[in-house]
Amino acid sequence: MGKVVVVTSGKGGVGKTTSSAALGAALAQGGEKVVVVDFDVGLRNLDLVMGAERRVVYDLVNVIQGEAKLTQALIRDKRLETLYLLPASQTRDKDNLTPEGVEKVVASLRKAFDWVICDSPAGIESGATLAMRHADVAIVVTNPEVSSVRDSDRIIGLLDSKTVKAEAGERMEKHLLLTRYDPARAQRGDMLKVDDVLDILSIPLLGIIPESMDVLRASNVGSPVTLADGRCAPAVAYFDAARRLKGEELPITIPGEKRGFFGKIFGRKAA
Amino acid sequence: MNFFRVFSRAQSSAPAARERLQVLLAHERASTGDSDLVSKLRDEILRVISKHMEIDDDKVNVKMERGAQVTTLAVDIEIPLDAGNKKKKAA
Repeated sequence: MGKVVVVTSGKGGVGKTTSSAALGAALAQGGEKVVVVDFDVGLRNLDLVMGAERRVVYDLVNVIQGEAKLTQALIRDKRLETLYLLPASQTRDKDNLTPEGVEKVVASLRKAFDWVICDSPAGIESGATLAMRHADVAIVVTNPEVSSVRDSDRIIGLLDSKTVKAEAGERMEKHLLLTRYDPARAQRGDMLKVDDVLDILSIPLLGIIPESMDVLRASNVGSPVTLADGRCAPAVAYFDAARRLKGEELPITIPGEKRGFFGKIFGRKAA
Repeated sequence: MNFFRVFSRAQSSAPAARERLQVLLAHERASTGDSDLVSKLRDEILRVISKHMEIDDDKVNVKMERGAQVTTLAVDIEIPLDAGNKKKKAA
């Protein structure tokens, strides 16, 4: 049985889709069987970020409505054998995502994959609540910026009340992924500190992804950043985050701090 | 950050982004709702074939590749030897 992970944030533009693609690819690069599911019906973008936009035939809504089999809708990544994408529908209404349909699809995926990564839409409406509904683990993507932290707090509240796990009285495992972290601004003191964000949200840190041109470049060419250039700073940060997600304990390095920089680069090369 | 790039390829990624978006948006604008020619073709092809034999949904593989000039649609259907007979019996 695989693990179902929701990548969520409340606020838009913080890096949910980028992070879903990068973490999914990082896990698959480690040999795990991974499917990344786009829940953003009507505004899909995961296909574009993963470079599969020209190959979408069927989507999540087609599967839920019984117009296609799940196996027909899954798109296998051209670069990684164990990485799959289940795209969202671009033309259909988000009301086509029924709770029963989503439950069935997630249950089937859980049987066939080690990891089911649900890329949530922004907001707190049905798309977002359905994406988190069946999750075992939640990754809350947050930027070190006031409105993003506030929205993350709201999402954490939903994770603790609206999910199957929460309703069963179980504790939802939540991790914070701090993205678009700018070392230069942090040094100037113009950015919320990592500790401040952790203090406010009080959930454990999965990783810190530095703001980087490499992320933009990767999305331009349609490749998860861990595949586009596995040695760039954000890719290394995503690889580490993926290992923590698997349960490994790794020390967190704050981007911009020199310590461990060369060790990281050469360590990655050898792997 | 990655100084190796400076030596290996000075190539920028923006042109790739532009080209991918142009192809994608051309297809999306042309296919609002049910007027998508390719999905119509796909459905009709499958309907015609299922008239003559029972198709096992799991044995049908539809692949599409949207290009700048042409789109290719590949419908891959496994036909068992006794597919035709079964249909006759059912009729």
